[in-house]
Parts: sequence; structure tokens; C-alpha cells
Amino acid sequence: MMNEIISTGNKDTRSGFGEGLRLLGEKNPNVVALCADLTGSLKMDAFQKNHPDRFFQIGIAEANMMGIAAGMTIGGKIPFTGTFANFSTSRVYDQIRQSIAYSKKNVKICASHAGLTLGEDGATHQVLEDIGMMRMLPNLTVIVPADYNQTVQATLAIAEWEGPVYLRFGRPSVPVFVPENATFQIGKAEVLTSGQDVSVIACGHLVWTAIEAQKVLRSEDISVEVINMHTIKPLDEAAVIASAQKTGCVVTAEEHMRNGGLGDAVAQVLMQHHPCPQEYVAVNDRFGESGPPMELMKKYGLGVEDIITAIKRAIKRKKL
Amino acid sequence: MDNLKAIASQVRRDILRMVHAVNSGHPGGSLGCADLFVYLYFERLSFSPQNFEMNGENEDLFFLSNGHISPVWYSVLARSGFFKVNELTTFRKISSRLQGHPSVDKNLPGIRMASGSLGQGLSVAIGAALSKKLAGDRCQVYCLMGDGELQEGQVWEAAMYAGHKSVNNLVAIVDYNNRQIDGDVSNVMGVMPLADKWSAFGWNVYEMDGHDFDDMRRVFTQIDNEPSQNKPRVIIMKTEMGMGVDFMMGTHKWHGSAPNDEQLQTALLQLEETLGDY
Repeated sequence: MMNEIISTGNKDTRSGFGEGLRLLGEKNPNVVALCADLTGSLKMDAFQKNHPDRFFQIGIAEANMMGIAAGMTIGGKIPFTGTFANFSTSRVYDQIRQSIAYSKKNVKICASHAGLTLGEDGATHQVLEDIGMMRMLPNLTVIVPADYNQTVQATLAIAEWEGPVYLRFGRPSVPVFVPENATFQIGKAEVLTSGQDVSVIACGHLVWTAIEAQKVLRSEDISVEVINMHTIKPLDEAAVIASAQKTGCVVTAEEHMRNGGLGDAVAQVLMQHHPCPQEYVAVNDRFGESGPPMELMKKYGLGVEDIITAIKRAIKRKKL
Repeated sequence: MDNLKAIASQVRRDILRMVHAVNSGHPGGSLGCADLFVYLYFERLSFSPQNFEMNGENEDLFFLSNGHISPVWYSVLARSGFFKVNELTTFRKISSRLQGHPSVDKNLPGIRMASGSLGQGLSVAIGAALSKKLAGDRCQVYCLMGDGELQEGQVWEAAMYAGHKSVNNLVAIVDYNNRQIDGDVSNVMGVMPLADKWSAFGWNVYEMDGHDFDDMRRVFTQIDNEPSQNKPRVIIMKTEMGMGVDFMMGTHKWHGSAPNDEQLQTALLQLEETLGDY
């Protein structure tokens, strides 16, 4: 008998960040927030309203925002920067690299509107390379929570974590299934359903898509182990190895490029410790485009059907 | 010779010997800023070299944005007690804390931020200044930049912020030597009129001779007594790249190349050994 994961409704993960930040404002006087003209989009309004002295409107100047955040750590502040994922990473890569990662500054880079599901604004804003860029930087921790509740919990957790963090979330409303009272453990994978035939290791809202695939495949007698890999770095290698040893094949699923993302992080572990078939559910080396978020997910191969196909391919390769 | 001049002479010897020893590094700008560093660390800044702490509460903070002039900073940090002078022998060598460009990676006392990729220091200094304001810490934050560095766009993002938000516990210093790697700043990509630009961004602007300690005292006294204290301050500091060594002055050639054995000897003859070579 497999566990049943239930969704309690839909909510956007960016609002989870906003709520987490609001709670942090009450809880931790050292937390400060910086925003580059996207306060409403990032749901930072509550923090801004409650703590105007600890909120810094930087304007449309992301490079300056990263530098100011780095500087504010000197004196013991814990800065949370907020802007879209593209402007949180590719626009300011060198600022993050030198002033934050190499300088070991305790900055929390909080990035909304990641990936295709930003939707109609199109490829200029749909960053699909950010996980790769951020996980390549030494000293950086990379977290992609799965739903609203987990984004609240992750936002609270990273304030307690010493060192720079990249926290990635998004714009669309997606199913909520993580319990409201769960504790977020950085670097600890969550096995959501125990399975025998294949391991699906996912992050972000693809975790729910993986759960849907798991439910469909139950009727075909395929037993799927779904793992929520909310921390891409440091990766829970032991969890990857243990699951792959049990099931013998792996599917990774993420709203990101194949290059450099969760799939590559998992592949590195498997090739070293437990070589086995792995299939990617990810965007294959192309830019996004305008469109309704969920239609884009389908068009770019990130839907339930795509995960099911990948699972079947992985299982078949295992039997070769 | 007054005390600061004597120290500066030794610092210039240190710079030349450091870059010569590894046949790499940036002597030109280091020599040009030697007097400023000596003034700041031996007369102006409050700090505690024996108990260096990253947070730097209740002390002045100095950020070097043009990190390539690390030799002058390392020499002055060592000479003011942050670490042993003998460690200068490790500059740019493997496993050294004295990296080619400043870093915090290996916990060298006195350094709070990596620099080298240009244009980032002023933003960081603003952040540190805001942090001090939040903590009610009345000490000042200083940031040195090169004039060529002002070609980086981030500098002007930072300038706009500090002006608009009245970050008035911050003093920026521009090393105005009109030299950069490819030649004169005014030819490569002009940054003038500097005073007007900074003023238009909401800063109080001061001009200073970077080789005259009395002029430095005059300008910093003026800053301390400035009636309008709600603005950030910037000092356009006129310097000569390569100052103190005749054949290194008047050219951009010594921005990033080290003297050979013979050139080193010629140069050292022009600089009195006042505190003992390391």
C-alpha cells in the first residue's frame, strides 16, 4: 500500500516567500529586506509595511542591490534580496560571485518568477539556467521549495543557516501538499512515496507533477518512489544512492535546462556511486516563449505525460 | 622627514619588493595611493588590528574597490599591526593569505570583502554604512576606487543610491591619476567632469592632493565640519601613478608590470628604508 499525498488547494510560492519574510520580520531583528522595484511581485509588501526601517528599496539596479546586501552582512544583518530569478542570477552573476559567494557573505538571494511559468512575458524573463549558475558557485546553497507551505518554511530556515543561499520560487498557483507544520531541513531529501520500480527526483512544483504521475502509474502496477529534492546544493547524495539502489533507475524533473540543473547534480552522484539509467524531464537547450504557464509546461515537455513517458523509458532501459 | 612621510617611504619599498619577488602585481597605482593609505591607517581611521572582527562594530571600515592595488594595502595593514610584516614575503605565492587581489577566503585580518572585478566596492560600502546606521554606530565607512573604474556602470547605480538615500556616513575616494591599462583615462573612455558628475548625483565633492598630507588633513577636517551633513562625500584625489620612483611616473606602463632586478635597485635608491625592510 502506497502513501497518499493530498493537495489542499492551489497557492503561489512567491506568496509563501512573502509570508515567510513577514514572519521573519517579527521574529528576527537582524533580517533586512532589499528589493529592486518588484515589491508587489515578490510579495514583500507586508515586511515593507511592518518594518520600513529594515526595508530597502534599491530601484532598478540589481548589481547595486547585491553589493549593498553583501555590505550589510558586515555588522551582522541578514539581508534578503528580492527580484525575478533572471535578475537575481544571470544579470548579477559576477556581483554574486565576488561580493557574496567568494566573500562568504550571509546574503539570501530570493528569486521569484523562475522558469517558463512566468508565462506571457516570454523568454527575456524566463530564466532556465539559474540553478546551474548558482550551484556552480562555491559556498552557495541552492534551494527550490515545492509548494507554498514549503516556501514559507524554507524562507524561515535560511535565516538560521549561516552562508549565502539562493532560494528559487515562482509566480503561478500550484498545488499545496506539504503539511503546514512541517519543518524544513536544508539538505535533507523528502521521500514522499515509497516505490520499487523507479525513483522520481524532482524539485519545485514538478514534485506535485511527479506525484500525479505516480498516482496514474499505480493503476498500471508501476510503483514510483517520489522524492522532493528541495535542496539542490548541498545535494542529499545518500538519499539519491539509497533510492537508486532500491529501484534501479531514476527520472529527474525540474523547470530548468537539462544543462546544469537538478538532473545533472543527480547524474554526478549516480555515475560515481551507482550507475543506472536516468531520464531527464527538463528543457532541452532552448529558450522559452510567451504563453499561458501550464500550456508552456506541456509544450516544453514538463507535464505529467512527460514524466510518465520518462518513467517508462527509464524502466525499459533498466531491463535491457 | 615627518612621520607619515617616513612610513610612506617604507611602504613604497615594500610594494616594489613584493611585486619584484613574484614578477607580477600592480606597482603603479599602489605607489600612487601609498600616501593616502598611510594617512588613513596612521592618522585617520579608528580600528583594532589585534582583534580583527568581520563585523567591525564601532570602528571605521575601509573598502578597496580597485583591488589590484593590493600591495599597498597589504603593506599598510602589516605595518599597522594587522599581521606580521614578514608575511609580505608570501604575496601572490601559493597558499598565501595575500592573494593577488584581496580576499576574505583565507581570513587575512583587515579585509572584509573580495575585490578585483571592478565597480563593486562602492555598493558594498553603502551596505556596510547602512548596517552601521541601523546599529546606531557613528563610525564612518570609506571606499577607494580607481578613476578608470568609474567606467563601470555599477558605480553609478551606487552613486545614485547613496545620493538619493542620503548615506551620509560614507566617504568615497577616487584615485584620479588619469591612467588605466590601455593608456590615459581621458583617451580610453573619458570620465570627466568628475566633480560635476558626483555633484549631480547628490554628493558633496572635495578635491585633494593625494601626495600632500597637509592637504589631506585640510580636506578631512572640512568633511568633519561640513555644515550640510546629509549627503555622502566623495574626494577626487589627484595622484601620480608610480609616485616616488622617477621612471615609473608619467606613464601607464607600470600599472601592472613588475620591475626587474636592476630596476628594483634603481627604484629602492630613491626611497629611504625607514622602518626596516621585511
